[in-house]
Amino acid sequence: MPVRLTDQERAIAAGSDAAAMAMRILAEMGAMLGAERLIPVTSSHIDGGLYHGDSGVHFAERLVEGGARVAIPATMNVGGLDLLKPDIVKADPHRHEMALRLMKAYEAMGCWPTWTCSPYQAGHRPKFGEQVAWGESNAVAFCNSVLGARTNRYGDFLDICCAIAGRAPDYGLHRAENRRATVLIDTSALSHALKASDVFYPVLGAWYGAEIGSAIGVIDGLPAFVTEDQLKALGAAAASSGAVGLFHVAGVTPEAPTAAAALGHQPPERIIRLTPDMLRGARDRLSTVKGERIDAVALGSPHFSLEEFEALEDLIDGRHVNLPFFVCTGRHVVAELERRRRLKPLEQAGVTVVADTCVVVAPILPGKGGVLMTNSGKFAHYTPANTGYEVIYGSLADCVNSAMTGRVTRDESLWS
Amino acid sequence: MTVLLQGTVQVEGDARGRVLKLGKPISFWGGVDPVSGRISDPRHPNHQAELKGRVLVLPGMIGSSSSSYILLELMAKRLAPAALVVAEPDAILGLGVVIAREMNYGSIPVLVLPRPQQDDLEDGAEVTIGRDGSIRVG
Repeated sequence: MPVRLTDQERAIAAGSDAAAMAMRILAEMGAMLGAERLIPVTSSHIDGGLYHGDSGVHFAERLVEGGARVAIPATMNVGGLDLLKPDIVKADPHRHEMALRLMKAYEAMGCWPTWTCSPYQAGHRPKFGEQVAWGESNAVAFCNSVLGARTNRYGDFLDICCAIAGRAPDYGLHRAENRRATVLIDTSALSHALKASDVFYPVLGAWYGAEIGSAIGVIDGLPAFVTEDQLKALGAAAASSGAVGLFHVAGVTPEAPTAAAALGHQPPERIIRLTPDMLRGARDRLSTVKGERIDAVALGSPHFSLEEFEALEDLIDGRHVNLPFFVCTGRHVVAELERRRRLKPLEQAGVTVVADTCVVVAPILPGKGGVLMTNSGKFAHYTPANTGYEVIYGSLADCVNSAMTGRVTRDESLWS
Repeated sequence: MTVLLQGTVQVEGDARGRVLKLGKPISFWGGVDPVSGRISDPRHPNHQAELKGRVLVLPGMIGSSSSSYILLELMAKRLAPAALVVAEPDAILGLGVVIAREMNYGSIPVLVLPRPQQDDLEDGAEVTIGRDGSIRVG
């Protein structure tokens, strides 16, 4: 079934410029996705600025040559370079040039050069119920789940077409009836101490994504004081191990004042009682090796917030890390660290702050592999395939302590 | 013996080639090397298989939306499969083909054929795909 375009949309699609190309692609994709129409969207987060090959650069430059401008506020996800420290990414000259051309093309279309996978912590926060078109799996999960705005999992190419047209195909999570939870996850068998700790949330997310996949679940029994960074970590890990675009947390996220409300007051199709054993299994699967060897630490997927930097500074406590130690973040946080005179002390402590990009999407890590330790479920998921490093998952404190001693040490007390 | 199957057309087109039947779902991003056109995930049962010119039969898709970009890159470099046969409607690979057409990199048919019917497509078999979504084996 073709999408029914309005007269105005049809007139745009009939043109020969980039706006016409974007509208044609939207109409064709709408039909493929089963949408009957396009709907207006008010903001976009764009994932297409990361270089995977020359074709994506040619596509973006074709849009620029055709006069494309985004019609709505659009933030950029990470690129393939750290524009603040160009030498940090060890790309060959061709890749370096093309990655830069790609980033510049999106800027030329009027996208905000935020270069962050945490745009929602860089001031881009759509309101509850707002229709938007976001890419980047963790940003999509956060936007839908924590902010209650409505987007599908848009990705490379379709996100920029939505931003140029100011429209998106009306299907999936744009529609209220598709946002209801059908799976209930009961966490009452887990200890309060575990549920209060940061190290729990990426593990819960990794389990959730692998178990639930693209279905929508409501997690019941988490403390009401869950922080935004914990929800960010949960969503990022869930969206790495499964096609998760929306999750609910009863009493915490806006579409789940209660578990029953998130379920639309209907009985769940499936109830899962989460046990400590199931979570230990999920935690173990986040690591690919055992033992004491560690060669580097990477934090900040999604990009580190100012609050996460504070926790890191407290743990470092004036000492010096003894291993390559990377923290990935957005330039919005780098500017704030500089303004508060906190960047230099971090660098003097041996921390390399990476902006605009990250260690699993660009060649940044030293040497030819080894063992990387991280507190991020998303880094744990993507590190082996993308970097050649083995990975060990631990808490933020585990990562700092291990970087001090040069041996993997993990606090097991919460998991027993 | 000739077997005739009917897929649902997601992107129209005709093609002929040998079946490459994947043993497991795949994410093109992180699973297919856009430089060599081969399956690059060492944990995938079809590791090192070359996609070029094959009728790629996929039991499922997982992972990143950047898979559209990888398929576009394969099409730009003439390393793409001759056709895609997917188990469920899949907008991510379909998008890669739609963009490729806009960029004049050519087009390939994308058909949906549910997994039970994919059993009739054996790895290595020569098949012909018609614009109506028909798949003729032999």
